[in-house]
Amino acid sequence: MDSLMSLWAWLGENLIALQILIKIVIIVAPLMLCVAYFTYAERKLIGYMQIRIGPNRVGPKGWLQPIADAVKLMFKEIIIPSGANKTLFLIAPMLTLGPALAAWAVFPFGDGLVLSDINAGLLYLIALTSVGVYGVIISGWASNSKYSFLGAMRSAAQIVSYEIAMGFALVGVLVAAGSLNLGEIVNAQKGDGGLFNWFWLPLLPLFLIYFISGVAETNRAPFDVAEGESEIVAGFHVEYSGMPFAVFFLGEYANMILISALTTLLFLGGWLSPFAGWPVLGPLFDWVPGMVWLFLKTAFVGFFFLWLRATFPRYRYDQIMRLGWKVFIPITIVWIMAVGLAVVYEMPWWFD
Amino acid sequence: MMKVIRDYIKSLFLLELIRGLALTGRYMFKKKFTVQYPEEKAPISPRFRGLHAQRRYASGEERCIACKLCEATCPALAITIEAEPRADGSRRTTRYDIDLFKCIFCGYCQESCPVDAIVETRVYEYHFENRQDAIITKEKLLALGDKYEQQLAADIAAQAKYR
Repeated sequence: MDSLMSLWAWLGENLIALQILIKIVIIVAPLMLCVAYFTYAERKLIGYMQIRIGPNRVGPKGWLQPIADAVKLMFKEIIIPSGANKTLFLIAPMLTLGPALAAWAVFPFGDGLVLSDINAGLLYLIALTSVGVYGVIISGWASNSKYSFLGAMRSAAQIVSYEIAMGFALVGVLVAAGSLNLGEIVNAQKGDGGLFNWFWLPLLPLFLIYFISGVAETNRAPFDVAEGESEIVAGFHVEYSGMPFAVFFLGEYANMILISALTTLLFLGGWLSPFAGWPVLGPLFDWVPGMVWLFLKTAFVGFFFLWLRATFPRYRYDQIMRLGWKVFIPITIVWIMAVGLAVVYEMPWWFD
Repeated sequence: MMKVIRDYIKSLFLLELIRGLALTGRYMFKKKFTVQYPEEKAPISPRFRGLHAQRRYASGEERCIACKLCEATCPALAITIEAEPRADGSRRTTRYDIDLFKCIFCGYCQESCPVDAIVETRVYEYHFENRQDAIITKEKLLALGDKYEQQLAADIAAQAKYR
């Protein structure tokens, strides 16, 4: 162990690029595995909700299905339409996936267990999750196809609308936690009440709005007008095939996991045990590492993404706009004021 | 006025959305209907209309008398029949082809047959490797009839009282 630590220190001094690469791999490799099995979970869960059993042929119970899918997509031909702007066409999928992975740099997996502990972590996240939209818009424009373009336009309008509600929901969290550092936001949710000390209770409307905006932000059902199979074929990625399509796919699911993880961090107490401070259950679950709680909570929020998709039909376009502008933004503004008052007058239980 | 307020409360607290989620949530635990096809097979009715066959009498004599009713009734024009008197003077087909690419498996040939000669079996798992194999000739039809005779006789007996 000591020799490993000294090797690590030596790497940091002499081969810093290699050390950084190792850090990236340690975060991204499990993340990619999670993305792969999130697609499997989606197909299984939606199947179960439709009284089917989902994929079960590749490997025992279908466990190898995501790997088979990945291999298939890797060996497929990459078709670039003759009228497309080749550079932008190939950059677009990377622009979707890149931010979804880069956002994990400031993500705390436990108390102090974070790649770069910057104080503007939340700002960095807001900035990066917005960059992901450019992937969709650029792909729609670069494909030189009317379906792609329509999908990109829809997605742009939708995400601009929901970014505001999402930002306001985050402002509520900032006011409540008094910090932009993600680790400190989680620590602000610590208390003797366990899960009742987390921000989801005092910020319940903001929690719901953040999650629903997150669904809209990732272009998932019921907000998937950017793809809209029944109207515009596949929306922004009609012209994509093979690996670029797979990268889009990975980006979408990585974004879903990111939003789930952020919801966990901001509203559901991150790595904190839900039973902390409870009389019997608290000490009983003390041995569980924080990362397990984080994973379980993220999986719980991710389950809701899939549940929503299996339940609701797609929103009509004007309804999406109405929900974003006329419902979410007023509610968030009112609730930010309420939270502000609660913080100023040190309302008991959460803000005292 | 009260209705407006009630509607606002309903939509603000997402009541109907939660009911929708509860429905799919309930369905998640229901028994699944999936039939694991190659291992399990769905039950088949005696009226099932699959691959065709020609039957024989117990004596071994072929049933078909070349009346051409099936050819006339076939809506897809899939049946081609040529007939001549046999050496013993009885009227028999010299050619009886069914083009399975044209056939729509409506079962009219079986309905129209006065001697229950042309029938449709329960066989639905078959394939061709050449285009000409899709035309099943009289020999192949008779061979199929011989192969599935027991099942065919049982199915026709089961159906007899409804005809």
